[in-house]
Amino acid sequence: MFIAIFLPLSGVTVNLRKSIFGTVFSGFLFTMSAQVLALEPLPNKTTNLAPSRQTSTNPAYLAANCANCHGTKGNAQGAMPSLAGLKASYISEQMRAFRDGKRPATIMHQLAKGYTDAQIDLIAGYFATQTAK
Amino acid sequence: MTMNRRTTLKVAGAASIASSLAACALQGGYTTTPSNTSARTPTTTTPPPLGHVVIVGGGFGGATAAKYLRLWGEGKIAVTLVERQANFISCPMSNLVIGGSKKINELTVSYAGLSKLGVNVVQGEVTNVDAAKRSITLAGGKTIAYDRLILSPGVDFMFDQIKGLDAQAQSTVLHAWKAGEQTVALRKQLEAMPDGGVFAISIPKAPYRCPPGPYERACQVAAYFKTNKPKSKVVILDANEDVQSKKGLFMKEWNGTYKGMIEYRNNWEVKQVNAATKTVESELGETFKADVLNIIPPMRAGNIARNAGVVNVNDKWCDIDWITMESKAVKYIHVLGDAVQIAPGMPKSGHMANQHGKVAAAAIVEMMNGRAAAPLTMANTCYSYVDADRVVHVASVHRYDAEKQTMLTVAGSGGLSAEANALEGAYAWGWAQTIWDDMLT
Repeated sequence: MFIAIFLPLSGVTVNLRKSIFGTVFSGFLFTMSAQVLALEPLPNKTTNLAPSRQTSTNPAYLAANCANCHGTKGNAQGAMPSLAGLKASYISEQMRAFRDGKRPATIMHQLAKGYTDAQIDLIAGYFATQTAK
Repeated sequence: MTMNRRTTLKVAGAASIASSLAACALQGGYTTTPSNTSARTPTTTTPPPLGHVVIVGGGFGGATAAKYLRLWGEGKIAVTLVERQANFISCPMSNLVIGGSKKINELTVSYAGLSKLGVNVVQGEVTNVDAAKRSITLAGGKTIAYDRLILSPGVDFMFDQIKGLDAQAQSTVLHAWKAGEQTVALRKQLEAMPDGGVFAISIPKAPYRCPPGPYERACQVAAYFKTNKPKSKVVILDANEDVQSKKGLFMKEWNGTYKGMIEYRNNWEVKQVNAATKTVESELGETFKADVLNIIPPMRAGNIARNAGVVNVNDKWCDIDWITMESKAVKYIHVLGDAVQIAPGMPKSGHMANQHGKVAAAAIVEMMNGRAAAPLTMANTCYSYVDADRVVHVASVHRYDAEKQTMLTVAGSGGLSAEANALEGAYAWGWAQTIWDDMLT
């Protein structure tokens, strides 16, 4: 079932499918590769692509929930904290601390409760790969 | 402009349609000049578009969708944004202009950022949507064809629900519920009002745009009065049974900071207005006279949504599929923001409209790439200023429920500020700066 060719630096267009590691992992890999290959045209052959890039677990789509306050690709304006380039483990840890009431907050303790562990890790992984401006 | 591509388009996902889509989108209207095919010439580095999305309305929903279609579409989706105003003016934060701590230019952002991202920004008024031909017509007669249309029309007011609120009365009895000229004009009315006067604000029955907005405005006006016109009063005439948002937090301010300055009357629905005497009358025949009258009329989805045939709930709002934001009434038309029939616990807010825009963009990107769209989570944050510095918030997270086919608030998520505070005042302004950037640059 697992036909993933992950060659982000080679310029080869990647076709990832639901892997034995779960869609979470494959979705993340795909987005990373998609960013690296941003200038490459999409493959013309779309026939077998169907569930390869699960919308629900695409980290870019998920993390866009956060962009209203933390900025597009994690680069915020004004008093809002940026997340771009922070370590994934740090973001995940802080989100869980907010969620579990271990880190006090004005609003994040309420928002963090809306996301699953898997979602938190995807979001954290996404921001970790973004460049701080 | 001829449009014979419809039959071709029905073969969604076929390998060969991308180029024909591109050609049709361009000829049909992306460039709006039929002979202009420059975007297809090999000299450009942009690959041929997968399709053409036309967006009507450059507010929180439409502008966000435009930006994210360009971003996530990796430049392969042509995007045209039609907006009647030259610049974006934010409704959130506009109560601060009425309170006097901000100027309208601080809430104004150019659409140039979207142009830089490759969005074809057209200033104009859409007069007709032809869903069968998949094209829109602008005032002046120009038509633009689309593969998918996104309507983010906001609200229009039902002035006819209030007797006497005709065009002439509307020039002095303001709503200031769309930021811009009216916001500035209402501020001027307050400045001109003598001390000892009464400011009355009327709230329509829910649902209406920005549930906490009227109560925030009452606080802003009271804050202005407290410093400048201390003998003056604010009266809230609410058609609803109770305060619609952040009740405890607002009441605390009304009974504390603004004690004796703000009066709240529930179940007071304005049915008639006399602009000359600045008097309003309720459905029960009660009357109230003010010095500055601010009537927020009942509202429904923006008129262009009615024209497009996507208004299918109570003759007011648009029922949509929460996975794609596509109308349940008309195919290939997506609806965002305040015009949508909201899911339970979901407010009509700018923040929410931004999230709608992203969900629509993601779904369209997936579909135009021949993949199925899937549900996404959405979050909401509403900050309200109770004076120039202190803020209260309400927040929530919404997840798709496959069984109920709607968005539901995630159990345990969300909540309110403990009390009004200045730290969140700083965050609220940061929120505004960031969300404007997130949708427009």
